Amino acid sequence: MTPLVSFRNVSCRLGGKDVLRGLSLDVEAGETLVLLGRSGSGKTTALKMVNALLLPSAGEVRVEGTPTVAWDAIRLRRRIGYVIQEAGLFPHFTVEQNVGLVPRLEGWPAEKIRARALALLEQVGLPPAQFAARYPRELSGGQRQRVGVARALAADPPILLFDEPFGALDPVTRVELQRQFLALRREIGKTAIFVTHDVREALLVATRIALLHDGRLAVLAAPAEFLRAQGEEVHAFLACLDTQVTPA
Amino acid sequence: MTAELAREMAELTVEHLVLVAVSIAVAIAVALPAGILLTRRAPLQRWVLGFANVMQTVPSLALFGFLIPIPLLGGIGKHTAIVALVLYALLPVLRNTLTGILGVDRAVRESAIAMGMTGRQLLWEVELPLAARTILAGVRVATVTTIGTATIAAAIGGGGLGVFIFRGLASVDTTLILAGAVPAALIALLADGGLGWAEKKLSPV
Repeated sequence: MTPLVSFRNVSCRLGGKDVLRGLSLDVEAGETLVLLGRSGSGKTTALKMVNALLLPSAGEVRVEGTPTVAWDAIRLRRRIGYVIQEAGLFPHFTVEQNVGLVPRLEGWPAEKIRARALALLEQVGLPPAQFAARYPRELSGGQRQRVGVARALAADPPILLFDEPFGALDPVTRVELQRQFLALRREIGKTAIFVTHDVREALLVATRIALLHDGRLAVLAAPAEFLRAQGEEVHAFLACLDTQVTPA
Repeated sequence: MTAELAREMAELTVEHLVLVAVSIAVAIAVALPAGILLTRRAPLQRWVLGFANVMQTVPSLALFGFLIPIPLLGGIGKHTAIVALVLYALLPVLRNTLTGILGVDRAVRESAIAMGMTGRQLLWEVELPLAARTILAGVRVATVTTIGTATIAAAIGGGGLGVFIFRGLASVDTTLILAGAVPAALIALLADGGLGWAEKKLSPV
């Protein structure tokens, strides 16, 4: 079976800097692949290559077997849900309009868009009666992020991309949303690529972790193996888990 | 005030309003699309904004004068006045269109693209609505200054309330100067208030 997303020796040069160097990686249907790495490791760049926000300068990224350069970018993007830090909701759209965006672009009938938006709000834990008519500025950070997730799911895309979706949230809300992410995944079982720099988050949500360092793949392993993996960069990340806090 | 003066004042006020309305309409028709285009052509921004900036630094009386000998655009009369007024009104509309669109939150723009919006959808559904307030603020500045500058149109036979002012200056008649200046100021205040109100009504983002 062809992998849903496949990186074949992908390099990317941005602003005179090699952000990715020869990344090869397959994402299988149904898994949650976490791209873990420090700032500047190339993880977000790799993610943006999946929905053709960026194109490889060498190698190719295939989605459903077809290179991203051969896809019609608009069609490709409508098949891929995208959740970013701070959600990127449209401030002039209500919550319901935000969630219904892609179905509307896809020309669904109004009734169906509305039903879908309300069902999704319910699913992400935002009762529609209370939230559908609000504007993003009337929501908390965590609520906005939930709307962001609902919006990404709206047209039932086979692939979901998450770019540090919970990075800007307070720790309590973050844990809440991580739990919800896991619950949602059990319910809908979609393929997801999830970028984070938080090794705890990676271990929690991943079926496999790809550790990027300096634009290269350092380690690719399931969470249990990742804990035992060798290498400087893995150790650097695993060391974050051991930090003991001793109150003064 | 004589009935004669009142009648002429009404006529010139209408003439003035027409000058301003036509000039602003043309300025918007040129500067808005140009501004949108410029957001897609970063290297051109400096040149075009530079041109519009220079236009604004030319003293208005001189600009009206310069236009007289120019074929097609120039000459004596209303159309020359309108050309000059348009040149003045371009910059605020252009600059604010550019600032407004470039000011749209990066995350919002990126997610619009990532959701699979076409360039046109991005423009009409995201960029223009979010920039509308800033653009309207530019139109407001352009309108208010044009109402003032349009009084100079009379110097080249463009008509409007400036006719009173120039006639008053020539005959050292303060009443006549005021007959031109006061309505012009009132129109400017009304336009400023009205457009300011519209600005506030626009999507409260």
